[in-house]
Amino acid sequence: MNPDTMIDAVSAVFMVTGALMSLGAALGLLRFPDLMSRMHAATKPQVLGLFLLLAAVGLQLRTWWVWPVLVLAWLFQLLTVPVSAHMVGRAGYRTKHLHPELLSSDELEAVVQQAAAKRGPDEDGRSA
Amino acid sequence: MSRKRISLRQELPLLVWLVFVWGALWQDFSPGNLLFGALIAVLVARVLYLPPVELGGRFNVLRAVPFALGFIGKVAVASFQVLYLALARGPNVISAIVAVPLRSHSDLLVTATGHVISLIPGSLVVEVDRSTSTLYIHAINVRNVQDAAKLRKEVRDTEAGLIRIMGTKEELSALTQEVAA
Amino acid sequence: MQIVLAVTAVVLSLAAAGAIVRIARGPSLLDRVLAADVLLAIFGAALCVDMAVNRHLNNLMLVVAMSLIGFVGSVTVARFVADRRENPRES
Repeated sequence: MNPDTMIDAVSAVFMVTGALMSLGAALGLLRFPDLMSRMHAATKPQVLGLFLLLAAVGLQLRTWWVWPVLVLAWLFQLLTVPVSAHMVGRAGYRTKHLHPELLSSDELEAVVQQAAAKRGPDEDGRSA
Repeated sequence: MSRKRISLRQELPLLVWLVFVWGALWQDFSPGNLLFGALIAVLVARVLYLPPVELGGRFNVLRAVPFALGFIGKVAVASFQVLYLALARGPNVISAIVAVPLRSHSDLLVTATGHVISLIPGSLVVEVDRSTSTLYIHAINVRNVQDAAKLRKEVRDTEAGLIRIMGTKEELSALTQEVAA
Repeated sequence: MQIVLAVTAVVLSLAAAGAIVRIARGPSLLDRVLAADVLLAIFGAALCVDMAVNRHLNNLMLVVAMSLIGFVGSVTVARFVADRRENPRES
């Protein structure tokens, strides 16, 4: 087996797995019961998916100077995905998208209630 | 602009990063292009001035490489776990919000820990209490107290790894004492 | 490579269909934003597949820009979202 077909095979596996990660995200979106658990399935498997697909691009082009850009694209994604996930998750918690019956414990609720009691009842939990 | 200027040495990691971004975007690492990139990096860092990130002053590459590899491995394993959960459990999945107090009080380390934890599928930082540096983490498939304890240990292990990479000397010695005890 | 292209095309189309179903069904604004985010990521994946199969780099800057500023939309919506549902427990 010559190295060329080896590289082709590896990148083919990477591409199919990366595409499956997207499908996993869509399945998670459809099957999970509430916003917060959907979030776990939605954006995070895409991190691995994009990693695999960018690696496939790098392997297929067989030139060294594309790798820095690919690393850069992935690093940007690493930096931005948690930000949007955190913001959506926080907004989801504050606008009561959670289903208490789907949680085995909620250690944030008591803290929020304490803070609300301290601040007075006229404000709800939507400060900056 | 009454903020105190940071020294060039502290600014160096930022400048190197900017030059790397410049070279990568042009896909050209020839000396001339890098020099021009360095010029623009200095200009950007001077004109568009941001509050400096307080780095711990050390960065252990030998610890960073295994941490990065372990991180990618964890992301891969957890991605398939979430995929399995979506297929097998679907609507009946049970989650929890767990409070995890961290050791470090530096913004950089709390942010880095939160980022790493958020990137691993299955856990997500919902809220941060900066005064006590506590992360409130929503995690999927946490059904009982044991699972929550496991999650808490994992988060604190991640933080320990990050302290070993780029924590300050005080945090590092506190960590080694804790491990020895 | 053509087989790989066909397989990934089918998988990504199914994934995009799933995301679009979630955008249509909702039930809340945040669900839709999240699904739109997933749809964007699927487009990024499709661009990468195109580059890898046809061995060109035309979409590379698009992918970089997507991964850099793709989060702005969901952050903006999340910042200003308010709970306007009639029955908050239905989702």
